[in-house]
Amino acid sequence: MNRAPTGWLIYGSLLLGLLFAVLPLPAGVSEARPYLLALLIAYWTMESPLSVGLGTAFVTGLLADLVTASPLGEQALRLVVLAFLVQRFRARLRFFPFWQQALAVGLLLLNDRIIVAFVHLVVGAAWPAWTSWLSPVLGMALWPWMFVLLDLVRLRSRERN
Amino acid sequence: MAFAGKSTSRLSESAATTLPIMAYMALAICLMVADHRGGYGEQIRHRATWITEPMWWLASAPTRTYNASREGLALRGQLQDENAHLHRELEISSARLNRLSAVAEENQRLRQLLGGTRGYRLNVQLAGVFDVDLDPYRQRLVLDAGSDTGVQVGQALIDSGGVLGQVVEVGAHRSTALLLTDPDHAVPVQVARTGLRAIAYGTGRSDRLDLPNIPQSADIRTGDLLVTSGIGGRFPAGFPVGTVTELHPDATRLFVVAEAQPAAHFERGLEVLLISNLPVVTDIGPPAPKHAQNPAIVPASQIPASTASAQKPATQVSPTQKPTTQKPAAREPAATSEKKP
Repeated sequence: MNRAPTGWLIYGSLLLGLLFAVLPLPAGVSEARPYLLALLIAYWTMESPLSVGLGTAFVTGLLADLVTASPLGEQALRLVVLAFLVQRFRARLRFFPFWQQALAVGLLLLNDRIIVAFVHLVVGAAWPAWTSWLSPVLGMALWPWMFVLLDLVRLRSRERN
Repeated sequence: MAFAGKSTSRLSESAATTLPIMAYMALAICLMVADHRGGYGEQIRHRATWITEPMWWLASAPTRTYNASREGLALRGQLQDENAHLHRELEISSARLNRLSAVAEENQRLRQLLGGTRGYRLNVQLAGVFDVDLDPYRQRLVLDAGSDTGVQVGQALIDSGGVLGQVVEVGAHRSTALLLTDPDHAVPVQVARTGLRAIAYGTGRSDRLDLPNIPQSADIRTGDLLVTSGIGGRFPAGFPVGTVTELHPDATRLFVVAEAQPAAHFERGLEVLLISNLPVVTDIGPPAPKHAQNPAIVPASQIPASTASAQKPATQVSPTQKPTTQKPAAREPAATSEKKP
């Protein structure tokens, strides 16, 4: 029995995540946008580790770098680190209750922001705006909804097959 | 042995799990360094526009559709209001236009009554100031327009305030203009209030013109506006030249000298307008000295406008004489607008 979700679901959701990264938002809100791509990578690494791993995270990150015009490799690094951590704690994360899982994802996103700040410091770019620290909180709040939604879609597609 | 083997297998296992992440991180960091130091990122991004452009287009689609639909779904009432408003404005504007055209017709009629000399058709050209030379002995401008753009010697310069001067030298791409305030410059003027004719000489100071040799009985006061009279043909008539600031008797006590403040902004602005009415100049210029039949001795400033206009057809009917009358006019045009005696 093939339990792996179909490729179009994974890559379609990642494409949506990429689009969300460049969705025009008002200037103040733009920095606080949740890092949907990281949530998606975390979800797919957790749920289908055979098809999504470090490689997918890296390539997705590179594409995101191209699209959002961040330093080439920055988001690749961030997503690879995130995917690695999720892989490491996959067994535990999967069986956490929702709120605990959300908290863990929030910590992962906070770690991600710290990496960004570090990269900016090294490159000598401007320090990220304070609103960017809201992004992990929003991502944490978004996680349960996204999780349920993707689970539902996955179940549907599996039933259809 | 078993323990040792177990520990090695554990070590290799942990190495196997951390090696890929190390490799990926190293690769990402290398990319970042290459982008930051070498600027390769720009080239790669340039190549990748075929991916990124559609992404951006897609991402901005919601905003675009929202704006488009908001415009498309404007309420009927709003449109009616706007329509009524525009109708009202159109009526007001057309009423104004009608009045303006009536005024323009009236103006035309009055000009025809005045005689042809003032009905100059002006050619206007904008030129930038390339260099400014304002000192007591030289008051000149260098303009960044030359014969390649049709500048000719004798064209008048104006700015928003009034007359600035005239073009005296033309190069291929540059031309030099003599300012009103140059000590070598003189311009025929008229007091706007009374029509009194006079000549305004430059003094070398940017804020002063002198009008000597005014009869003591002449009607001129401080505060009078001076405009170009158009006599001599070099300057078109009716442009402001300055305002009379002071009147005092000259050394002989027979005449009055008026001092005037120029109207043009000599110390401001970077652009001037070049205007020309050169076709008229060739008609009015003093005739060649060898043909003594014309009143050449009389300075052009004293020729009444009616005789000046009456002269026109006379020079026009004799095309063979025209070149001879033209040449001196070009070399030494209109005595009034030239150098001081």
